[in-house]
Amino acid sequence: MARRDAPEVNAGSMADIAFMLLIFFLVATTMDVDSGISRILPPIIEDDVEPPPPIKERNVFVVLINSNNKLLVEGSPLDISQLRDKAKEFIANPSDLDNLPAKKDVEVDFFGSYEVSKQVISLQNDRGTSYKMYIKVQNELAAAYNELRDELSLQKFGKPYSELSKDKRKAVKRIFPQRISEAEPKNVGGAE
Amino acid sequence: MAKFGRKGKGGMPAISTSSLPDIVFMLLFFFMVTTVMRETTLKVKNVVPYASEIKKLEKKSLVSYVYVGEPKKAFQHIHGTEAKIQLNDAFAKISDIADWIISERLERDEKEVPFMTTSLKVDSKTKMGIVTDIKQALRKASALKINYSTKKEVPVE
Repeated sequence: MARRDAPEVNAGSMADIAFMLLIFFLVATTMDVDSGISRILPPIIEDDVEPPPPIKERNVFVVLINSNNKLLVEGSPLDISQLRDKAKEFIANPSDLDNLPAKKDVEVDFFGSYEVSKQVISLQNDRGTSYKMYIKVQNELAAAYNELRDELSLQKFGKPYSELSKDKRKAVKRIFPQRISEAEPKNVGGAE
Repeated sequence: MAKFGRKGKGGMPAISTSSLPDIVFMLLFFFMVTTVMRETTLKVKNVVPYASEIKKLEKKSLVSYVYVGEPKKAFQHIHGTEAKIQLNDAFAKISDIADWIISERLERDEKEVPFMTTSLKVDSKTKMGIVTDIKQALRKASALKINYSTKKEVPVE
């Protein structure tokens, strides 16, 4: 009998309350996924530390971007669309040319003794270079490495790099290590 | 006549709305799980460039954001139209970055400090000068892990 006294709670406004909460969360939160190009900056060089020995010129791929967003690659102007192929050719040095990086035999898991090129990419930009261009160049260089790794892993394991196991990925990474060095800031030149 | 008309319409019952709260709650939980709270109000214009070789940032709690860009219209009469840095909710100078990095580190667990990343959200129209200055400041503060925030671009082949 006493049970009859407790009336049923009216749930008609439940939808309104839920809508209100929903709208609050829609407004107060963001959904964007953070993604981007990850880089590790070099630590500051102490004055009393001896500078590292200079790298041979044939092992360095110099990319300059001036303030007009024009590229100068290895001493000659280049369009951004060709940068990726040029960088790939430099990194891998497929036909063992004299002006492209020297190679050193390195013992790598899964591959045995492998000729790894001593490549370094040096990227320099001007203070007036636009950030958009800089990211484009960074992206092309990263793409060159990624494509080479993909090609190698397809050839060796029959799978793209992203699907390899951790050990195999490490081995491929040892053959094509991403070495993009950015010079200490200075003005590369070009009209302001 | 009216009687007849009514009878004809009576064939369709009203749609039950009793499950509406459930549906809305479902949506609500979806948004609560997939989104993150907005922490800062942007005071600079910020359209990040596109890139294809990108990596997702993991562990959002370990990421600190540096926004760089032209001040928004409302702030232009004070701060001008030159690209500015925004840390947290306020405009900042290059010299403020070191202090800011230290305060960001203090907020985190000591073990997590080496994994902290600084995400540079730089407007694509910005010149590299200010970005270079920020990078130098970060190097001095030894916050070496950085991430140039970009949007995913579908490669055009």
